[in-house]
Amino acid sequence: MKAFTYERPADTAAAVRAVARPGAKFLGGGTNLLDLMKVEVETPTHLVDVTRLPLSDIDDAPNGGLRIGATVTNSELSNDKRVRERFPMLSLALLNGASGQLRNQATTAGNLLQRTRCYYFYDPSKPCNKRVPGSGCSALNGYNRIHAVLGGSEACIAVHPSDMAVAMAALDAEVEVQSISGTRLLKIADLHRLPGTSPQQETNLAAGELITAVVLPTPPGGGQVYRKVRDRASYAFALVSVAALVEVKDDHITAARIALGGVAPKPWRALDAERLLVGQAVNDDAFAAAGEAAVAGAQGHGHNDFKIVLAARTVARALADAAAQRKG
Amino acid sequence: MPDSVIGQPLDRVDGKAKVTGAARYAGDTQATGRLAFGVIVTSTIGQGTISGTDTAAAKRAPGVLMVMTHENAPRQAAFKHAGEDRHARPKPQLTERVVHHHGEPVALVVAETFEQANAAARMVKVSCKAEPGLYDFNDAKRLARTPREIEESKAHSKVGDFDKGFAQGAVKIDATYSTPYQNHNPMEPPASVAEWSGEKLTIHSAVQLVHSAHQSIADTLKIPPRNVEVVSEYIGGGFGGKLPVYADAILAALAARELKRPVKVVMTRQQMFEMAAHRAATLQRVRLAADGEGKLTAIAHEVWSQSARMDEYTESAASSTRAIYAAPNRLTRHLIVPLDLPVADSMRAPGDAVGQLAVEQAMDELADKLNLDPLELRLRNEPAEDPEKNIPFSTRSLVACLKDGAERFGWSHRARTPGTMKDGQWLVGMGMATAIRPNFRRPASARVHMDERRHLTVEMDMTDVGTGSYTIFAQVAAELLEVPVEDVTVQLGHSGYPKTPGSGGSFGAASCTSALREACIALKAKLDAGQGPGNLSAEGKSEPGDEYKKFSQYSYGANFAEVAVDATTGEVRLRRMLGVFDAGRILNAKTARSQLIGGMIWGVSSALHEAGIVDPRFGSFVNNDLAGYHVPVHADIPASLDAVMLAGFDDKSSPLGSKGVGELGICGAGAAIANAVFNACGVRVRDYPITPDKILNGFLRPNLAQQR
Repeated sequence: MKAFTYERPADTAAAVRAVARPGAKFLGGGTNLLDLMKVEVETPTHLVDVTRLPLSDIDDAPNGGLRIGATVTNSELSNDKRVRERFPMLSLALLNGASGQLRNQATTAGNLLQRTRCYYFYDPSKPCNKRVPGSGCSALNGYNRIHAVLGGSEACIAVHPSDMAVAMAALDAEVEVQSISGTRLLKIADLHRLPGTSPQQETNLAAGELITAVVLPTPPGGGQVYRKVRDRASYAFALVSVAALVEVKDDHITAARIALGGVAPKPWRALDAERLLVGQAVNDDAFAAAGEAAVAGAQGHGHNDFKIVLAARTVARALADAAAQRKG
Repeated sequence: MPDSVIGQPLDRVDGKAKVTGAARYAGDTQATGRLAFGVIVTSTIGQGTISGTDTAAAKRAPGVLMVMTHENAPRQAAFKHAGEDRHARPKPQLTERVVHHHGEPVALVVAETFEQANAAARMVKVSCKAEPGLYDFNDAKRLARTPREIEESKAHSKVGDFDKGFAQGAVKIDATYSTPYQNHNPMEPPASVAEWSGEKLTIHSAVQLVHSAHQSIADTLKIPPRNVEVVSEYIGGGFGGKLPVYADAILAALAARELKRPVKVVMTRQQMFEMAAHRAATLQRVRLAADGEGKLTAIAHEVWSQSARMDEYTESAASSTRAIYAAPNRLTRHLIVPLDLPVADSMRAPGDAVGQLAVEQAMDELADKLNLDPLELRLRNEPAEDPEKNIPFSTRSLVACLKDGAERFGWSHRARTPGTMKDGQWLVGMGMATAIRPNFRRPASARVHMDERRHLTVEMDMTDVGTGSYTIFAQVAAELLEVPVEDVTVQLGHSGYPKTPGSGGSFGAASCTSALREACIALKAKLDAGQGPGNLSAEGKSEPGDEYKKFSQYSYGANFAEVAVDATTGEVRLRRMLGVFDAGRILNAKTARSQLIGGMIWGVSSALHEAGIVDPRFGSFVNNDLAGYHVPVHADIPASLDAVMLAGFDDKSSPLGSKGVGELGICGAGAAIANAVFNACGVRVRDYPITPDKILNGFLRPNLAQQR
């Protein structure tokens, strides 16, 4: 680890000023950044600790929505009664992530901004376009069992590892951002970028912008499910995860939402599959078709080929489970 | 012996020290001088030559005391390929320009603090001329050759005429199984603190074999063994991974001598994947033939296992197949696949742990083809004597383990037809497998001292790698000298103490308690002659006689597992598991059970989770941390997992009647799970570990599911 300096600003204005310094980075729960610093994948020269900023509340927003402060921990968020009642898929997604110890430490904003767990990204001795732009992607022709089948590029097929963000994508969350020039809101779908030719650019945040909150709009009707498929029962990243919502009236689907994790460089919303479902009668064929639509255009790279069929099957299953929750 | 202290499920005598932090592990050592910290720099190529080193920036970095590379490393003894004791050989470091494998040490940086050493280590630039290497185990059959460093009689065996016996069989299995690399990941990484006092070196190091380490370190440094003291009082897990002496010990000793101050070197978790040993990947072809009644007419087990090209090691996966079942025609064969990878060596139940993943799944396949209960198939092939050596078994309670386990587990509720037992989305199934593990004993010695208050002190250079050695020695001495266990102090892990074989191969308990028994008898004779108590010492030595030639010695068990397979995703979850074991006399029912269930859980890991992945472009292990290298977590292990130990006493094994128990638990455990997976969902996965993608593949291609 390289030597660095550290400060703990008192308010958000001071935090965004502090991070303007070259080589500075915000420090949240540190569950990912500190690991990356130890292997010198991240080498900030100055850390701006934002964990004690006054951003630790979950406030009611209009029409049943919630405004989640950036430093609310994953544990607090998953256990919040309002989250569990109004946005159960979010609580489930959080509880399916990491371990109890990590959830106690990890923050809401930090979870959104965590970096990929691609093996080659973690090994500075191997080529990686995300770490060293232009050096090449070791995963493309390497061991890519955990990598993306959707949204990747020749430059990078790393996946975004978050569970929380998948549920937030399905819930149409918005991200509140502050910088020296003021605050803005962006849709969660617009927070993360696809790699294209510049995989080192992972988000649409400008340099020095601080996430201050995530806003959940009015809770949608219908049954909610978060299904995470993984190699062991806990403490493993998703092979495939699905946040699904289905609203049923008179045995017909009136609304559906599908977001996938573990398959793409960002939380992957399957809008075409959602549209396909609306108006359909509730049956397994409709869900299977939606599963297929959700992986339309997916491309495997060898070791991860199985994710395509696994994702389609898991989407279908999650939709059926969501529909069964609030049928009639 | 109902009143015996031996066998009682006593708490560990070192338990309190461990949970309070009083137990000092090697890396916790407080040196007398001011400790400096060493960090190892490793090769980022798999094969080639070092063409230059640039250490200028590192030397200038804050706090740096020394940078050692092949250009300035002190002279050491040369590496020896063959050796009677592979763990006592010289292990020179930084003496060559040649790079043998990815992750090999190429430099050591020592600084005032760990952070300074770590930061400076990344400033060392080692330029290499890379050369093409052989890294891909998929080329196993093309690259295979006969092992050179084990006797041919150990590598291969033949009885009867296999081809003829196989041809005669009414029902046959010819299947190939593969098991992946497994990397040693005990909680405690290899760690050493070295300190010199004049010519004398004291090194605290996490090593299982103190005597071998002592010789290896002294010989490597070219100093007389009397000038070296190795200390290894507490070890945070060994499992074979701390049989060898590694770079941490040698480099700490060299740097401490140069700097004239104590130096600590600890491997990082990532470094362990390539600097510490791993279990070799294997390919195993098993052929079984049986008559219509399920009696085996022929059994063949052929093994291809990876070996480092620089240091041969044979994973003896077929050796216990020589005794597992009766069959008139038999064949076993071991070939090695030399690759330019890190060194393969022993890991918990070397050979058997992976060998039984193959043989015991093959037996399940045969039972399925015969339409016979797999447990019944085992019973029909129980040998009356060792089927290759034609000598009696010392004791063999496999049948009792099988029957007792079946009864306790409710084996009769297993569905005969795979895929027919359902629980919602889950497909539920049961599987079983035999466990067999050779019993070893080695020469050992021990010393017992009694003071005037009749308090005993036991000394051996034996280690306790977490197995319970401290506790069972206290129990044995207490019983034999008729004092309370609380009045026994056991001191282990110093090279100055009487010589033992150390911890490995599950031979520690039988070997050391035999020596300790002799010492206790000698001390008792002195007491009986009117000497003492007080200032009374006695030594004892013991070595195995020819019982090993006259009797075939193994420990046995039967594993039973129930799993559920998700019908959508192919995820496997273990629901319950039971092992029933025969390991002779149990010396402590609590620590033995811990060993057995630990082994069974590692079996779960082998079946479902664990694999070290080599990138054949680089010769590197890619998933080199505990996020990427999966072992079961608590949520994977059901509360209903237990080990039952049958009462036994094997007087051919040792005077106290015990046999090796530590490695027995993993044997056959993974195969029981694989067989349960088949029973649950009808998918046969022969390529371990059984991950969801492989099950899913079986769901989608049921016709191909029987193929690899």
